[in-house]
Amino acid sequence: MLKINNLYAVIDDKSILKGLNLDVKAGEVHAIMGPNGAGKSTLANIIAGKEEYEVTQGDIELNGEDISELSPDERAHNGVFLSFQYPVEIPGVSVTNFIKTAINENRKAKGLEDMPAKDMLKLLREKSELLEIDRKFLSRSLNEGFSGGEKKRNEIFQMAMLDPKLAILDETDSGLDIDALRIVANGVNKLKSKDNAVIVITHYQRLLEYIVPDFVHVLFDGRIVKTGDASLALELEEKGYDWIKQELV
Amino acid sequence: MELKEKLLASYVAFENGINMNTDIHDIRTEALQNFEKLGFPTKKLEEWKYTSLNTILKNDFSIFPNKENSIQFADVKKYFIHDIDTYKVVFIDGKYSSFLSDTTHDGKDVCLMSSALSKSKYKAVIENYFNKIAKQDNLTSLNTAFVNEGAYIYIPKNVEVEKPIQIINFTTGNDVATMIQPRNLIVVEENAHVQIIERHQSLTENAVLTNVVTEIFSARNAHVDYYKIQNDNANASLIDNTYIDQKTNSVVSVHTFSFGGNITRNNLNFFQKGEHIDSILKGVTIIEGKQHVDHNTLVHHIEPNCESHQDYKGIYNERSTGVFNGKVIVNKEAQKTNAYQKNNNILISDKATINAKPQLEIFADDVKCSHGCTIGQLDEMALFYMQQRGIPIKEAKALLMYAFANTVLESVKIPELKKRINKIIAAKLGVDIGFDL
Repeated sequence: MLKINNLYAVIDDKSILKGLNLDVKAGEVHAIMGPNGAGKSTLANIIAGKEEYEVTQGDIELNGEDISELSPDERAHNGVFLSFQYPVEIPGVSVTNFIKTAINENRKAKGLEDMPAKDMLKLLREKSELLEIDRKFLSRSLNEGFSGGEKKRNEIFQMAMLDPKLAILDETDSGLDIDALRIVANGVNKLKSKDNAVIVITHYQRLLEYIVPDFVHVLFDGRIVKTGDASLALELEEKGYDWIKQELV
Repeated sequence: MELKEKLLASYVAFENGINMNTDIHDIRTEALQNFEKLGFPTKKLEEWKYTSLNTILKNDFSIFPNKENSIQFADVKKYFIHDIDTYKVVFIDGKYSSFLSDTTHDGKDVCLMSSALSKSKYKAVIENYFNKIAKQDNLTSLNTAFVNEGAYIYIPKNVEVEKPIQIINFTTGNDVATMIQPRNLIVVEENAHVQIIERHQSLTENAVLTNVVTEIFSARNAHVDYYKIQNDNANASLIDNTYIDQKTNSVVSVHTFSFGGNITRNNLNFFQKGEHIDSILKGVTIIEGKQHVDHNTLVHHIEPNCESHQDYKGIYNERSTGVFNGKVIVNKEAQKTNAYQKNNNILISDKATINAKPQLEIFADDVKCSHGCTIGQLDEMALFYMQQRGIPIKEAKALLMYAFANTVLESVKIPELKKRINKIIAAKLGVDIGFDL
């Protein structure tokens, strides 16, 4: 599904990624952990195509195709979804209108007509129930005045509506109380299938109790320095990151 | 000959050519003397610091187009809100077009200024209202001196006008350059309600200068919704002078949509002469090229317990320039005034300019007055967020701009008009987006 080969990236002449490799196959869940400043969010933004970052070496393949030259919307059309750590507030655009526009632009890119209103309504109903979202919530301005938990739940709601191939959840657990965490994780688990893949970026093991990863990677100083199974996350929770730094020396 | 001299020299011939009564003649003469003294405004005047009429005034304007020009409805249908039934008062080159109009005298008067000024049955209204609230400044005086035609609307007590009224001025440009000076008088009596849409449209590439004056009188409990659509072609300039007199408990809203033209100057003046009055001033400006739009607003709070709400949004592309000069005066007696003013601007290009100047003159001590003014670019993070969800950059920008203008659009009370304005905005942004905000 996603294959990142020897990726180097800089922003304002500062090296952020320094030879990163990652191979994510369909049906898998990967967790990326690591200390602050290791480059976790940068990796998410680079996969999504944020333009401030310059890829100086290496490439990003999605289903065998190099996507590193594509614009963010073209990557989205190819099935990349990023749940933002800090979702942006857009006053004046309702959640419903925003997601409708997004779905129809994705369809337009595939040469399809707009989704019929009846199907759209059905989908909205189904997915808002999945994320336990109130109907009134959908007519509010996107993310404006939402609590931290509401913003994250809304991200996963959009993910459910768009049904991406590769979902990257950037710190989706931050700002969530335990009930919201359960709802969000439950949503992600329901959407998981053998045809899609999920990358979970997190500081803490907490979310991984609900979304169980097949692989756990430790990102440190712009590279993946250790890979293991779900038990690695527990070990990190217990021992912190210092022992990994020690190992590297 | 300069335009000022040309206007002064033609005055006698002009007055000889029309019906007149003595009272109006006296008002005109005085206004002409006033204009002669003041001349056209220059950038030396504080109020005109950012807007220069110099290049426009160099045109050799035909000042009294006297040919009867006719146009086919099919050719101009698109300038009307045509999908609903409306009253229409339509002028071509300053002359009334009975063919394009749909006026009434049935329980109210929706008709012509020229008849109101000359017929005795309107004498009382003219005596009470005509030129009573208009400021005696340079351009308004010029309009008054040559007053002849325009819309005359009188809505008696308790009448709720069942459909909107459209006032449209077309210019055909059979002359090289045309100047017209329409004059509208709108009197809305107690507890009456009316919706009015005003538009000025040039059908030519030749230069056009419109200097229009509109006086609106809103009696107790009256309700007036006024919409100005300014989407003219690149050689047409508009100076709009609007004066509104409000009495106790009345609500008057003016929405100004400025999407095109050469130089557009809006002098919008509200005078609150009673208590519990609400004055609403809203505007959306989206311009490009070398277009220039100047909003000069005044809300004068004279009595206690009144409100005013101003919300102006501007989007400036290419080398366009904008001005927002919003003045709020709160008299010493006007306690418990709530006055809000908001002016937000987005500069799309680094060559575009906006000059924003809020002016609050508050002489009362128990009031709530707020003003907020922002100038910015489109939010890069928001654009990336939208693109990440699959919305291409052009559509993402358009969506952000729509959302930006939406607080003004959502208070438009005529659905067909709102739809039309949405369409104009979509066309201006070059997108066809399948949402309706």
